[in-house]
Amino acid sequence: MQAFMTLRIALRALARNKLRAFLTMLGIIIGVGAVIAMVAIGEGAKSTIRAQIAALGTNVLIVLPGSNVQGGVRAGFGNVTTLLDSDAKAMARELPSVAFVSPVLRRQDQVVAGNLNWGTLAQGVAPEFQQIRDWQVAEGRFLHEGDMDSAAKVAVVGQTVARQLFGNDDALDAVIRIRNIPFRVVGVLGPKGQTGQGTDQDDTIMIPYTTMQKRLMRITWVQSIVVKAVSAERVEEAQEQITLLLRQRHRIGPEREDDFNVRNLSDIAEAATTTARVMAVLLGSVASISLLVGGIGIMNIMLVSVTERTREIGIRMAVGARSRDIMLQFLVEAVVMAATGGLIGILLGIGSSEVLKQWAQWPTLISPTIVAIAFLFSGAVGVFFGFYPAKKAASLDPIEALRYE
Amino acid sequence: MSELIRVEDVHKTYRMGDVEVPALRGINLTIAQGEFVAVMGSSGSGKSTLMNILGCLDRPNTGKYFLEGHEVGSLKPDQWAYIRNKRIGFVFQGFNLLSRTTALENVELPMMYNGFAGQERHQRAIEVLSLVGLDKRLDHMPNQLSGGQQQRVAIARALVNRPSLILADEPTGNLDCVTSNEIMALFQQLNTGQGITIILVTHEADIAAYARRQIVFRDGLVISDRVSEQVIAKMEH
Repeated sequence: MQAFMTLRIALRALARNKLRAFLTMLGIIIGVGAVIAMVAIGEGAKSTIRAQIAALGTNVLIVLPGSNVQGGVRAGFGNVTTLLDSDAKAMARELPSVAFVSPVLRRQDQVVAGNLNWGTLAQGVAPEFQQIRDWQVAEGRFLHEGDMDSAAKVAVVGQTVARQLFGNDDALDAVIRIRNIPFRVVGVLGPKGQTGQGTDQDDTIMIPYTTMQKRLMRITWVQSIVVKAVSAERVEEAQEQITLLLRQRHRIGPEREDDFNVRNLSDIAEAATTTARVMAVLLGSVASISLLVGGIGIMNIMLVSVTERTREIGIRMAVGARSRDIMLQFLVEAVVMAATGGLIGILLGIGSSEVLKQWAQWPTLISPTIVAIAFLFSGAVGVFFGFYPAKKAASLDPIEALRYE
Repeated sequence: MSELIRVEDVHKTYRMGDVEVPALRGINLTIAQGEFVAVMGSSGSGKSTLMNILGCLDRPNTGKYFLEGHEVGSLKPDQWAYIRNKRIGFVFQGFNLLSRTTALENVELPMMYNGFAGQERHQRAIEVLSLVGLDKRLDHMPNQLSGGQQQRVAIARALVNRPSLILADEPTGNLDCVTSNEIMALFQQLNTGQGITIILVTHEADIAAYARRQIVFRDGLVISDRVSEQVIAKMEH
């Protein structure tokens, strides 16, 4: 019997019991819909986290001074004066795996412009900081090498600071004061938005690190050094080279601990994406179970259907249907139900993840691979759970089947 | 006339739990092409068992069954399905039409299992339905047809693959007297007009009287096999 004919017979049999066919499909519909929606939510979360981490700057390492041990008291990070800007310069000069290096000094300060003031994070950085953080300049320029050498009193302000101090007025070339020291605004940074933790990255002001050292903090060391490796693959290499270089420069003997700490942002990235992946797998497996339950529903109804249609099977056999014709008929019925349910479920899943995106602002992401897998899987569920009832139908004795009331 | 069916020393025993029930105890029978045979006997006499064996639905324990000169009693189920499809038409007491399926589609059913294309299948189904006088009822469902009409659809279905043999198991058992006579007249017409061999199982002597040859079963044996000269005069012109 031709494939087309078998399909037509199956469709007609299902059309005879539309409500029942629909209710049977419902298990698969909900299962597939749940798989699609859940995975879309998981993928969306994963890509959001990835984007947030990329915004922090990829391939970035942070070098912090180690903690100071004095008479058994271990102070926290940042209280040590061992890290110098010459360390930063040496890294840039000597390490092939390092692309950009910038010392960083930070303090919270009150910034005054005219009759307005605003408390913000002042950062002393080198020109390379712009490349390290991939930060655009909206207006004017970023800090340059000349500013460093002369410890110039120039500043680049973030979007939030510009808005708070100047409103709609032009911030460029205005004079602002930090602890009564006047700074000329030479540039306005482009917007960067919030971090994953909700910190406003635009609420900042950047000045040359030399100016920060000499005029604001009156120190000779630096608080940290940020480093960008030449590529993501060479981050670990850079980490090793920095460690080696600093141990040399700080004259640390082989048996002594580092007096600094090299941190890798990709660890954080990995932890975050792993969390998202675990969540996606969890959601996906819960949804798969409901798909399985849907399959059992199909098997149940197919068994009922075989019993109900015993006489029909007998008639078909009497007029010349072979066992495999009967088998195929019931198998195709199960697969058609499962696959149709799968299709409706895919539409439902895509629809509901769109609704979540539009109304609840959830970042969902439909994965075409998952859509294809869900469809094939629902077909496979049909074959798997349809096989036993179909086998049962095909092995009926035509004499018994014809006599069945 | 050439031989259509030859049954040689067929035995069939059913097992009911621990008890063996002999249904056929050595049947020998020859039926020629174009015969109209009535098989009679009380229930349990073995006539239904014989019909199942003749219809390639059941296997004899011992003995041989030749259909058109070929031994078919020991074939495989798929080969039986092919023979049932091509060579044998069944008519049942309970009509056995597919419910919620039109008369036309019911008649097309046997052709679905031998690869007829849609157009030819249609054409032939319409042909046989008009042969049994139902060309106005093609799109009726079985529950929209009277018992006699349903049985005509069943006969059309039996005819559609142009079989050499029709096996009718109490075809008038569910019909009233007038309709029974109409159906029997139709069988006679098919027998004489189309030359189709018909084997008919019945309880009733007046139904059996439509057939030229009458075989009586008792306790798994043939006790009488005679050809009557006087056949009920057929169609009401």
